[in-house]
Amino acid sequence: MALISLDRVNRSFGALTVADGVTFDVAEGEALGIIGPNGAGKSTLFNLIAGNIAPESGTIRFLGEDVTKTPAMRRCIAGMGRSFQIPQPFSKLTVFENLLVAGAFGRNRSEADVAQDCAEVLRKTGLLAKANTVAGALSLLERKRLELARALATDPKLLLLDEIAGGLTEGECGELVKTIKAIHAGGVTIIWIEHVLHALNSVVERLLVLHFGKVIGIGKPEAIMASAEVREIYLGIEV
Amino acid sequence: MTMHAIRAYTVETRTRASTIALVVAVLIIAVAIVLPAFASRRLVQELFFILTMLTLAQFWNLLAGYGGLVSIGQQAFVGIGAYALFGSVILGAVDPLTAILIGGVAALVLAVPFAFFAFRLNGAYFAIGTWVLAEVVRLSVAQWRAVGGGTGTSLPREATDAIPFVGAIATLFDVRDPAARDILAYWLALALAVAAIGGIYWLLRTKRGLALAAIRDNSEAARSVGVDAAPIKWFVFLAAAFGTGLTGALIYLQKARISPDAAFSVNDWTAYVIFIVVIGGIGTIEGPIIGVIVFFLLQSMLAQYGTWYLIALGTIGIVVMLFAPRGIWGLISDRTGLQLFPIRRRLVVGDAFKQQSASREE
Repeated sequence: MALISLDRVNRSFGALTVADGVTFDVAEGEALGIIGPNGAGKSTLFNLIAGNIAPESGTIRFLGEDVTKTPAMRRCIAGMGRSFQIPQPFSKLTVFENLLVAGAFGRNRSEADVAQDCAEVLRKTGLLAKANTVAGALSLLERKRLELARALATDPKLLLLDEIAGGLTEGECGELVKTIKAIHAGGVTIIWIEHVLHALNSVVERLLVLHFGKVIGIGKPEAIMASAEVREIYLGIEV
Repeated sequence: MTMHAIRAYTVETRTRASTIALVVAVLIIAVAIVLPAFASRRLVQELFFILTMLTLAQFWNLLAGYGGLVSIGQQAFVGIGAYALFGSVILGAVDPLTAILIGGVAALVLAVPFAFFAFRLNGAYFAIGTWVLAEVVRLSVAQWRAVGGGTGTSLPREATDAIPFVGAIATLFDVRDPAARDILAYWLALALAVAAIGGIYWLLRTKRGLALAAIRDNSEAARSVGVDAAPIKWFVFLAAAFGTGLTGALIYLQKARISPDAAFSVNDWTAYVIFIVVIGGIGTIEGPIIGVIVFFLLQSMLAQYGTWYLIALGTIGIVVMLFAPRGIWGLISDRTGLQLFPIRRRLVVGDAFKQQSASREE
């Protein structure tokens, strides 16, 4: 069964089309990678899926239900967890409190019920030592880890990751891939936007290529990477 | 290993300073309760003023400092609470103590349409909008002939004589009835201030308090982790209106004389209150406590200078906002790390687990 499915989703900002008839499904337990040049509409696609912006037309289904008009916070409670490309921490709260908010509200439980789980997420994401640090005082890399940790604290069925490997050293990136693989092995469905292709391809089963808001390819990573069109649009720009 | 880890974490909020603060607070409250036995009537009246301003400041701080709702219209709730008291005493012959509760309920009821309109606005527009709405309420109440219309009215003698417990207090402390009324009003103001501080502190320690902080820091991210801002903002606004209405009713029971211009004064019930919160430290419970003491001292020293007094207050407010945006308490807690009402949820990792993870990392 498709966990999430988009059907001809459209959205534009003025004359700029950022989602143009976007249609795809992600099966339960799958990991899908999204690539595309800067400005292709990748983050906008996440905003559409997570409910931060509304599509002009088209349908978004999550767990078989039409969520096109469901507000972001309900989608989170229903099981969508997201990270933001530019970290959006609750900067005056501590790292642990950031997770407590996400756990208590995203799972609709009491603080006491989720405290242990939040602490476990901090351990898994390597943030335990920073638990009582105010989020505003974190380094950029720590903020990115906090984005992942906070999304995990909501106990998501679908995890939306927006460029969380960018700017990491080789070692850190390896650690991150290990963490994401473990999350994926635990049954969480993942959609991951990433420019660091070797990290992405070591986790995802399929790749989706976005260009000017259009899906121009979706399939096995090897097939996608071998496609001439993708090479021209995406890798051509990368070089 | 994970199984060991499960119980290796605990969450703490208390600090040593907060435990001491709690003991000191209990002592202060105990002294404050027995104070009328040896304090002059003037001191009791001054403390009544301080306590009621403190309560108003705590509720405005809850709105603006924690909820991000900068209202300049709280005088609407002081006024409507006070007028509900006068109306129910004069027209309904309700006893004045019950009428205080009616004042709170009236403010709560008014807050519903008030918020319905004001919540359509944000930031500066919200601030101006609340002010306009408060003026609408003032002008409407000024049409209410039965309680004196635009010129106002006094509480009838029979009503002030009929306040419960006044006779008993007069006998207990061997004072005359007016002084006994002041003592009763002082005790009620003390109870209200303690309840307001306790209630707000409790709220901030609950899940709702955590959500308020998250919304204030980043409303977009708060939505994305499942926080619904609307019901929390409503809750805060209604709670503040109820508390402000009770305080307004109590203030005017003690004054025993009301007029629309005084009861709906933006200066007395909102501008001074903002001053108290801002110089003390917005977004903290300690701030308004310090702010109200500073405000009282300034007022007793400078009030005789009329306009110059207001200019001085304004100047001090601007200087504090520029050089110490988190107020006097902000300066103190930055230097000392002191928190008398801590709300931080600190994660404490058990010693046994710390050793385990340390050895594993090697």
